[in-house]
Amino acid sequence: MSESLVLLGIIIAASSGVPGLLLRRTSMSGQWVTTFLAVLGAALGLGGVVWFWATGESHPIVLQWSLPGAEFSVAIDGLSAIFLVPVFLISLLGNIYGLGYWKQTEHPQNGRKLRLFYGTMTAGMALLVIAQNSILFLFGWEIMALSAFFLVTTEDNEKEVRETGWIYLVATHVATLCLFALFAVLHAANGSFTLGPLNPETLRPGAATAIFVLALVGFGIKAGIMPLHVWLPSAHAMAPSHVSAMMSGVLIKMGIYGLVRITSFLPHPPREWGILLLGLGVASGVLGVAFAIGQHDLKRLLAYHSIENIGIIVMGLGLALIGRSLDRADWIILGLGGALLHIWNHALFKALLFLSAGSVIHAAHTREIDRLGGLAKVMPRTSLCFLVGAVAICGLPPLNGFVSEFLIYLGLFGTLMNGERRSFAGSSFAAPALALIGALAVACFVKVYGAVFLGTARSEHARHAHESPPSMLGPMGVLVACCFLIGLAPLLIAPILQEGVSAWAPNLKDAGPRLATLAPLEWITSMGLLLNLAVLLGGVVLWMRLGRGVVEEGVTWGCGYVAPTPRMQYTSSSFAQMLVGMFGWVLRPRTHQPKDLPLFPPETYFHSEVPDVVLDVVVLPTFRFGAWLFSWGRVFQHGNIQTYLLYIFLALIALLLWR
Amino acid sequence: MNQLLDPLLIVALALNFVTLGVSRIRGVINAVALQGILLGILPLFVHQDLGFRVILLVGVTIGLKGFVIPRFLVHALREATIQEEVKPLVNFMGSLLLGAVGTGLGIVFSYTLPLAEQHTNSLVVPASLSTVWAGFLMLTTRKRAIMQVLGYLLLENGIFMFGLLLLEATPFLVEIGILLDLFTGVFVMGIIIHHINREFGSTSTEHLTELKG
Amino acid sequence: METIFHDAVHVLLALGLPPLLLGLIAKTKALFAGRVGPSVLQPYYDLIKLVQKGSVFSTTTTWVFRAGPVVALVTAGIAVLLIPLADATAPLSFTGDFVLLAYLLGLGRFFTASAALDTGSPFEGMGAAREVTFACLAEPAFFLGMLVLAKLSGSLQLADMLGSSLASHWSADGESLVLVLLSWFIILLAENSRIPFDDPNTHLELTMIHEVMVLDHSGPAYGMILYGAALKLFVFGALVVRLAFPMTGGSPWLDWPIFVGGMLVVAVAIGVVESIMARLRLTHVPILLVAACLLSGFGIILLVR
Repeated sequence: MSESLVLLGIIIAASSGVPGLLLRRTSMSGQWVTTFLAVLGAALGLGGVVWFWATGESHPIVLQWSLPGAEFSVAIDGLSAIFLVPVFLISLLGNIYGLGYWKQTEHPQNGRKLRLFYGTMTAGMALLVIAQNSILFLFGWEIMALSAFFLVTTEDNEKEVRETGWIYLVATHVATLCLFALFAVLHAANGSFTLGPLNPETLRPGAATAIFVLALVGFGIKAGIMPLHVWLPSAHAMAPSHVSAMMSGVLIKMGIYGLVRITSFLPHPPREWGILLLGLGVASGVLGVAFAIGQHDLKRLLAYHSIENIGIIVMGLGLALIGRSLDRADWIILGLGGALLHIWNHALFKALLFLSAGSVIHAAHTREIDRLGGLAKVMPRTSLCFLVGAVAICGLPPLNGFVSEFLIYLGLFGTLMNGERRSFAGSSFAAPALALIGALAVACFVKVYGAVFLGTARSEHARHAHESPPSMLGPMGVLVACCFLIGLAPLLIAPILQEGVSAWAPNLKDAGPRLATLAPLEWITSMGLLLNLAVLLGGVVLWMRLGRGVVEEGVTWGCGYVAPTPRMQYTSSSFAQMLVGMFGWVLRPRTHQPKDLPLFPPETYFHSEVPDVVLDVVVLPTFRFGAWLFSWGRVFQHGNIQTYLLYIFLALIALLLWR
Repeated sequence: MNQLLDPLLIVALALNFVTLGVSRIRGVINAVALQGILLGILPLFVHQDLGFRVILLVGVTIGLKGFVIPRFLVHALREATIQEEVKPLVNFMGSLLLGAVGTGLGIVFSYTLPLAEQHTNSLVVPASLSTVWAGFLMLTTRKRAIMQVLGYLLLENGIFMFGLLLLEATPFLVEIGILLDLFTGVFVMGIIIHHINREFGSTSTEHLTELKG
Repeated sequence: METIFHDAVHVLLALGLPPLLLGLIAKTKALFAGRVGPSVLQPYYDLIKLVQKGSVFSTTTTWVFRAGPVVALVTAGIAVLLIPLADATAPLSFTGDFVLLAYLLGLGRFFTASAALDTGSPFEGMGAAREVTFACLAEPAFFLGMLVLAKLSGSLQLADMLGSSLASHWSADGESLVLVLLSWFIILLAENSRIPFDDPNTHLELTMIHEVMVLDHSGPAYGMILYGAALKLFVFGALVVRLAFPMTGGSPWLDWPIFVGGMLVVAVAIGVVESIMARLRLTHVPILLVAACLLSGFGIILLVR
């Protein structure tokens, strides 16, 4: 029953954009129909997942398919259920948000295309998560990847958007290529295209390593693990905000889903794989947030934070893998449980942040942080939503980010206890690294929140911003409520996480400790409530005290400067200057400043930026070198149709001769 | 090895980081001198029988490393009238972090060496590898000539620490030979610094590249 | 009944002692400088005065500016309930509570820095930028020290990590604990904006971190900030005292006076350090914090090698 509901949801979501194509481009009716269908599809999908958790039964659906080796077999298990929820929830909220943000009447050229591919992307993601057959998985994966390409290039009339689209397309096709190789090796090891655990007796160690490496590269590109993240920042910055929310919140998690699934198939992973994942997670986390600190484009900054959070998720996964190698059930439960919870949390607060950023961009018409400011006074509700998202992403109590990071901390500290002396205690050094990541995230979000919403407006656009309509505030409010709910009542989610971990490590299903006993989740609830109540109480006390005394208003004192101007405020680049300097060896910031100014200088400019090092130093030069290397091949590409026909004829003859 | 050896070696290790992180040259000279005195005292803890030979060695080492050579360097410093290191090739925080990485690797590496029974759990090999690494870092990344001399001194300290392991076996002559080597090296470097200063008016070794052709 | 008594004494001490620490630091610095200085009870008088004063709020600020002091005070207040004091128990204690401690202080820092940016003045922005930057280096040092304590005590609760078993570990693994103690003392100076990181007496914006963040606050809100800062000092001081004097005498009449004595010794030590050292150049501050990280890092390496 649950699978059928989900399949129905997928079909409706996929076709939700089609009626819009048939209706008129200049009216809103197409958008209303599409949004209604998309919400219906997402609700059905969510209903299916809830049914699965309520009944705990899984009835796989198997249909025949004419492709050789393929069959349409889908089933939901604990792990798929966890990944399905963000897919449908963010899609639902994003579609409602689009009603206000990307009105058909304001964007007649690309609105229908956007909604069509939004639906197909949702359908593709949901399909790949429940697929039990490699070919079906690849089918869903490609639908998702190509829909994402069309979504990223929604505004393809701009050159930057087109370039970003190409980078994204190349990256995703490299990933798909790795996946083709991966499934080929899996077929050789397993004998069929069914996705399932591999038999330890028949598995050669070389094959296992090949599977792991191919999965890491292929899924890592999609997930955005450093240094495979090069497509992520620009893609998330150039896409419309609700698309970025979907991509950042859900699309990159599909890479994590693949990694989690493949590692669950490998029976005896060596320790080194877990340590490698832990190390990559730490590197992605620290470098992701270091790059984020240097950005001054609002959405690019949020995109780099996605890389940081993927790093945290991969850290949890690495810990679970180490636990599996050493048979430590507590490390598996805390590590994977923390990673799975962080997947939900990140989907929630990153979508919240992108939707609020979208509201800001919609109102102020600029993405540049240093042209915004003072928006909390004109957009109070949006600023509150952004604040909740910022506090959540920094992992601060009482919100949800704290709970998942808490679980991962407990797991990492646990590697010190009764572990073998040298090799595992090394993994506990990831805990201070996680603390460093958290502190850097606080620095970055204080910068963003302060520069965008607080202070005074730095440009005309920001001064004339307006609050968002309810269709945009509604989804943000739902996400805020979810953040608070998971942060204050994590015990509700514990059984769901337990199901997910049991799907990954079936031997822990009935034996082994429970998440709720390993981590004091009830204390988190009580401390969170205590914190909220105390802050409310403190606020009431201050308010009453202020009511009793004299309260005056004036201009900012700031050490006695009588006439502060908006340009005197600290900008985001000045705020980040010390940290960018500390990480300068990897960030390589570039500044364009005037040289050799005369004594009475004319008006001039200063510009600083932190471009993506891996893209500029590694990837682009490599591709340029490749282009130069293969330039001899241009002889064959001269555009003459007759010669091309000749090529086809020659290939046909060669095939006939070969057979 | 004696229980007191490890804390002294930790202090010696800490002094490595002081030399890497401090920018005032006088401070670095004091740190290296203190390390030299500590190393001079160490043979007292390694040897079971304190004969005349050991006490002579201790005295000469403390005198040379702790007083004579630092006095000489302070004199050179005053003559060159500089106080601080200019921006080195790797900045101070980077030097500290590289030093930490090197020390960590030294600790890991010391496990792979086939050491004698009594040396396996002691900090002597990691401390000596760390000091050698710190000396190497200073030699290669600092621009002031005096800092490079101090790096050379650190290198010698590290080798001396390693030599503690072999103290029972090494003949007296080799120990005195090491100390003489050290003294000569510093003496020669002093002469070179004096000439650099006279020629270029500063003791930054960057100017040496003007000598080509 | 016993635990209620302990908790009551804990809360009273934690809420009443902190301003005395501030006063003692000021008195020590004054004596070093050859002055008589203000009375050790001066911070209490200051707090009472501030609560009764009026306030001026800038028109640039929003509710975040008023929320900053409240959140800073509340988070520091809950933090004092998490740390074990004299008898190695705390009113709120559970596995992993030190993570909550660090992140509560982080929440306080987030709101204080945001309140500073709310004023739209470059001075507050400067202080906020420095504060969050130095915290990035202090947090890993704190967690590295926690790794040492977790390894030694085998537990993840602060009450066990800083409990009476620590006394036996001093004799066996004293080197690691000395390194952690030094590192935590440096973090105490950094997080509470003492010399050599920040000068609490100066009013030159180029040298301030914490002082400049709260330039625009006045009246009861400023009193909340002052009291919150005192509570934060108490939290870090208690960690240092418990690490340095972990033994328990057995009876509460002996333990609490020893603990209070230890806190006063720490306050005098802070005053002495402030008097004999000068403030570090701003670019050299990260180097000292990295040194603190390295100290704790070597503490844990020594344990697990």
